[in-house]
Amino acid sequence: MVTAMPETGERLGVPRIVGVEFPFGHTLGHAGDGEEQMKVVRDALRVLRDARQPNTVEHLPYEWPDVERWKQGWHPSEPAPIIAWLIEQRRRQAAEK
Amino acid sequence: MVVDSYKWLPGSFANYYRALPLQKADPLPWTPLAKPIEECRFSLVTSAGLYVKGKEPPFDLERERQDPFWGDPTYRTIPRDVKQEEVGVAHLHINNADLEADINIVLPVHRFLELEAAGEIGSLAPTHYSFMGYQGYPRNTDEWENHYGPEMAARMKEEGVDAALLTPV
Repeated sequence: MVTAMPETGERLGVPRIVGVEFPFGHTLGHAGDGEEQMKVVRDALRVLRDARQPNTVEHLPYEWPDVERWKQGWHPSEPAPIIAWLIEQRRRQAAEK
Repeated sequence: MVVDSYKWLPGSFANYYRALPLQKADPLPWTPLAKPIEECRFSLVTSAGLYVKGKEPPFDLERERQDPFWGDPTYRTIPRDVKQEEVGVAHLHINNADLEADINIVLPVHRFLELEAAGEIGSLAPTHYSFMGYQGYPRNTDEWENHYGPEMAARMKEEGVDAALLTPV
């Protein structure tokens, strides 16, 4: 498994986890950057080959540029329905106080 | 470097995920790799809500809009020879723009075809899979665990898959 949330994978007991600090929806890297995607794929294959015990975790060292923009950038253009519902709930609770 | 699993999440969401009562599988699942990578057949699995237009319907986003506490548990199949322009994205929880430009950022089909051509893997399986990652609030993965996951695994076995790459989003 290649994931931006390796801690969750580890807590669940996933057999082989490759953590990468890329924003959600960009697990293997930037759109159009085949070289970057292949680097992550090859890292995953290396972990598959070399892991010797269950729940193996490796953290990849790659950094994603422009982090502050992407903390918002991965979000959909409109809040998901459950997020909109949660926001509305909070607004109502705040209004009642 | 230790990857910060909560880097991209606003504070309240980070707290929600940190506090999830996750159970570690017991026993821990483990199948040793039975053959060299160069002889393995691979299948790819993502939760990015991908589907092939005109072949299978998109995930049921309309029902999710009507019932925000529900997420579509089904999966879609993606063939190994899929072209970018054939793929649609149906996921309300992530920005779809880069996925619509390049599915390899979540389902690296074309990267694995390159590895196959170079002899670095045995082969890429005929079929790959996309789920849609939002599974309700509170989260309910019963259908994945009891129905669609085993069904997908059975299909992978039929195709002689040795290993699967999972890329949750």
